[in-house]
Amino acid sequence: MYPFTYHRPGSLADAVKLAGSDEAKIMAGGMTLLPTMKQRLAAPSDIVDLNGLDLAGIKVEGGKVTIGAMTRHADVAGNADLHKAIPALAELAGMIGDPMVRHRGTIGGSVSNNDPAADYPSACLALGATIVTSKREMAAEDFFTGLFETALEPGEIVTKFVFPVPEKANYQKFRNPASRYAIVGVFVAKFAAGVRVAVTGAGSSGVFRQFDFEEALSKIFSTQAIEGIKQSADGLNSDIHADAAYRAHLIGVMARRAVEAAR
Amino acid sequence: MASVTLTVNGKTITRDIDPRTLLVEFLREHMRLTGTHVGCDTTQCGCCTVHVDGKALKSCTLLAVAVDGSTIMTIEGLAKGEDLHPMQAAFREYHGLQCGFCTPGMIMSAVDMVRRKGTDLDDKTIREELEGNICRCTGYHNIVKAIHYGAEAMGKAGTAAE
Amino acid sequence: MSGTGIGARVQRKEDFRFITGKGQYTDDVNCYGQAHAVFLRSPHAHADIVSIKLDAARDMAGVVDIFTGDDLAADKIGGLICGWMIHSKDGSPMKAGAHPALAQGKVRYVGDHVAVVIAETQAQARDAMEKIEVDYKVLSPVVSMADAVRAGAPVLHDVAPHNIVYNWSLGDEAAADAAFATAAHVTKLDIINNRLVPNAMEPRAAVGDYNSGSGGFTLYTTSQNPHVARLVLSAFIGIAPEHKLRVIAPDVGGGFGSKIFIYAEETVCVWAAKKVGRPVKWVADRTEAFLSDAHGRDHVTHAEMALDASGKILGLRVKTRANLGAYLSTFSSCVPTYLYAPLLSGQYDIPAIYAEVDGIYTNTAPVDAYRGAGRPEATFVIERMVEVAAREMKQDPAEFRRRNFVRNFPHQTPVIMCYDAGDYDASMTKALEMADYKNIGARKAASAKKGLLRGVGFSAYIEACGIAPSAAVGSLGAGVGLWESAEVRVNPVGTVEILTGSHSHGQGHETTFAQLVSERLGISIDNVAIIHGDTDKVQMGMGTYGSRSGAVGMSALSKALDKIETKAKKVAGFVLEASPDDIEFKDGKFSVRGTDKEIDFASVALQAYIAHKFNGQELEPGLKESAFWDPTNFTFPAGVHICEVEIDPATGVTRIDRWTAVDDFGNVINPMIVEGQVHGGIAQGVGQALLEGAVYDANGQLVTASYMDYAMPRADDLPSYDVGMTQTACPSNPLGIKGCGEAGAIAAPPAVMNAITDALGHEEIAMPATPLAVWRAAQRLAPRAAAE
Repeated sequence: MYPFTYHRPGSLADAVKLAGSDEAKIMAGGMTLLPTMKQRLAAPSDIVDLNGLDLAGIKVEGGKVTIGAMTRHADVAGNADLHKAIPALAELAGMIGDPMVRHRGTIGGSVSNNDPAADYPSACLALGATIVTSKREMAAEDFFTGLFETALEPGEIVTKFVFPVPEKANYQKFRNPASRYAIVGVFVAKFAAGVRVAVTGAGSSGVFRQFDFEEALSKIFSTQAIEGIKQSADGLNSDIHADAAYRAHLIGVMARRAVEAAR
Repeated sequence: MASVTLTVNGKTITRDIDPRTLLVEFLREHMRLTGTHVGCDTTQCGCCTVHVDGKALKSCTLLAVAVDGSTIMTIEGLAKGEDLHPMQAAFREYHGLQCGFCTPGMIMSAVDMVRRKGTDLDDKTIREELEGNICRCTGYHNIVKAIHYGAEAMGKAGTAAE
Repeated sequence: MSGTGIGARVQRKEDFRFITGKGQYTDDVNCYGQAHAVFLRSPHAHADIVSIKLDAARDMAGVVDIFTGDDLAADKIGGLICGWMIHSKDGSPMKAGAHPALAQGKVRYVGDHVAVVIAETQAQARDAMEKIEVDYKVLSPVVSMADAVRAGAPVLHDVAPHNIVYNWSLGDEAAADAAFATAAHVTKLDIINNRLVPNAMEPRAAVGDYNSGSGGFTLYTTSQNPHVARLVLSAFIGIAPEHKLRVIAPDVGGGFGSKIFIYAEETVCVWAAKKVGRPVKWVADRTEAFLSDAHGRDHVTHAEMALDASGKILGLRVKTRANLGAYLSTFSSCVPTYLYAPLLSGQYDIPAIYAEVDGIYTNTAPVDAYRGAGRPEATFVIERMVEVAAREMKQDPAEFRRRNFVRNFPHQTPVIMCYDAGDYDASMTKALEMADYKNIGARKAASAKKGLLRGVGFSAYIEACGIAPSAAVGSLGAGVGLWESAEVRVNPVGTVEILTGSHSHGQGHETTFAQLVSERLGISIDNVAIIHGDTDKVQMGMGTYGSRSGAVGMSALSKALDKIETKAKKVAGFVLEASPDDIEFKDGKFSVRGTDKEIDFASVALQAYIAHKFNGQELEPGLKESAFWDPTNFTFPAGVHICEVEIDPATGVTRIDRWTAVDDFGNVINPMIVEGQVHGGIAQGVGQALLEGAVYDANGQLVTASYMDYAMPRADDLPSYDVGMTQTACPSNPLGIKGCGEAGAIAAPPAVMNAITDALGHEEIAMPATPLAVWRAAQRLAPRAAAE
């Protein structure tokens, strides 16, 4: 690691101020940031640790689930109210990393980092989450802008997520055999107004919605409805673990399995 | 430099450290607790697993300053003198280790697994919950067995609730 | 004898320190005043070094010194060596390019060592390393073997103008051709054995120290064979004469072959300790391990098998290209030659075999022995060939194998080996029973109902362990003898210290060696200490690899214990006033035959040291003996593994549903430890078959340089294993031991691939059979699977 100055602000206002400087980096769980710094791939002048802020917690009320940005994956995975409201979201959290990573990693950190193979972005997009920051509220569609890129401005900090409760939903993840990140992750959410399908792990510009699947599933919510719809391999990632054609194929398989398992 | 106070295996110490210091470096270099190991750079192998405020974490991906004030348990703090923790005893009894390098992390993970999942653990659960620990020697067969019986023994000994 | 002797499932003595965090690995060693070394590694696969500018780096905080290849050359420090001479079939010696510990003018793979920075802290060394300016003239790399041998390809070493280290052959070509001329059926297969990275969980590390008062060096290092390290560092590299160099391999966190070799880093650390006048410590991070640990396997083979109409094998022809990487690592040359082709006969009676092997240089990390070393590659060839031949001839694969098994021993194969003992039929019978093979059809049908493909695969492997006798391996080009030594020191109170040249890095020698002592001397294993891994304590030894510690190391111990018994009987004779010939030794007691006069072992030990009952002219005081053991033959562990897989054709995911292993390791000291070795070996073999593969891109960059891209087997990738044993004692050592350390890694890959190809119905898939590969292969299911 390169040297940096460490800050642990006690208020959001202080955190925003500290995080506003050019070379500062915000640290939530640090599960991505620290390995990056250890490999000297990042050289922040300042680390603004959010662990001193009161940003954790899960609340279910009025058809909405609110999750604080500093809520750990393990706490999302283990929350009984969430398991009743949106079991798919709790199950997704339980598939991130490993038990030790889930004890430290946070939903806010994961979403803000927008790793194209991360799990949470698919839930945000499919569930139509509202992302609340230190200065505004954003729809998930507006938040994710590309690979590791979001609409967050310098110093802007995600504080919480508001997820509408769907009729049913499910997340299916196909893991990279080495990293265990998603090669393809498909989140399917059925609302009264229609079905939303979001895909992570596969897109070369990050998480995306599968509108053809959405349209078909909104008409008939069954695996047969999307059986014949071919996902194009254009714009999908290719690496030694999965080429674009395989990813395209897996999107269909995972989507059908998600529809089948949705509850 | 930053001042850090940690209670490690029951002993409270305060040190001035470079903020870059990882918890594993703090344990190994400042406290000479070399039972916690480093086996990778990518937070995957789990050799560095310790308990921070009762939960298993990877000490290679944690700044020591970030856990200032915490209570840490390392592999060295698990046994009470010569009396092994039931999970340690199970690893020995069921031959759940060979070279021993991943073992401290495995045992710390296993104890945490019992805290989260209870003392009646089936093989499938154990294998899934070991996602964050890599062993190159044992093929996991005997680790799974050791954790199964270690968990059972923790239940009988009443250590699971500690 | 009590429950701690030979054959007992004794809990391991060494475990207490490991489970309490008190193991002492090399990274746990800190010498007073030590500085830290970091290596500048080549970012290019192939480049000339035009210049290295160190000024800016030297000015960085905390820098103690920086060295390059010129500094080593100025001190006349020799290059790393390859200790096994292979001759090409035309009789010419292999073409070994120079292998400096720090590059001299040229780098040949990504990760090659360019300079070392020594600083007060590792972070400071790294900071300074980034300030070194190297002007490279980048050359075209040759990454694949096909590229390397192409006409006009860039050349790595001037001594090897076509990047060919050797063209080696074994067997009788004419006899093989004659067998093919009469064949009713010929099976042909192209086979790739994928490149692996060993990945012991403890990364390599070294701490070098120099005492200017005594002129002695000490090197702590992650080694499987500290004495060989000392020999090479002394005699070839020229660090110091052996009596001035102490090499200590403390607790070592796994090796699997990768810690046999003498690497640049420990060489530089121990040399630099004198240069800077301080201890110098280096610890690899995982990416460095991926880049610079010697890799394993990496063969491309075409094989042909001749059969008569009944399915009897008549002959085998094999042509293999072996990737040896950019330099010849310590034992690399023998792995694809003498550790490979002599095993191509498998468990089968094959009248004629001919093998050709080309060793190739490429701009990749050096390749050397990895668990099994040559024998997994041979087993993969013969077991895939046999399985495919059985399929082509519409025969049951188990029956096909039985038809061709060697049944009479000793059996001289056409490729050097003389199998001394075995019962391959017994292992097959037991394995079929344990695997419930007769009901495989029903299980396949049940899987098919779920839309899944089930397949079963066999592997009837044989290996050659011990790697001895010395004279034999010497005649094949080995630069060393492959005996082992042991010393038994009985203390006056009757406790025993064993000094062995074997080295444990997970194998449990502190327990199994103590079990042998317990059995022989009738004392508790708690009264036995096993000392190993320190050249100042153990005089000489050859270390641990090739599943040799039981068969060779414990045989040396057995021989030394014979001498102890003989001497102790003389002492007992004086004490009991009887002739040594009349003394019996049983259950820890010496007695005079036909009387009730007896004395226990501890009392004899005391008498040996106080020497009151005899005079020093009749008998030397003390009770200490040593022995060297050089076997009369290799040992030949063999067995049958059966793997059953279930494939989801929609995703390509392969799940191993059942694993049956029946192994014949001869006599077994501790079944618990032996089973553990089998489990671990299978896991590595399954890793090779399903998950692992080192991938270089076209520029020679290692794509799989961390666990993010190199898939290590995790607990949920693997099944539980059903392990059984059969036993035929090994006739070539006093304990009847064959060795068990590599069996699983040798047996497993063909068992998995035979199962997958059985499920798929065709042979068009290579290792690792990742979900991507299996999904692609499942796109074209052959009629066989569809029809079932």
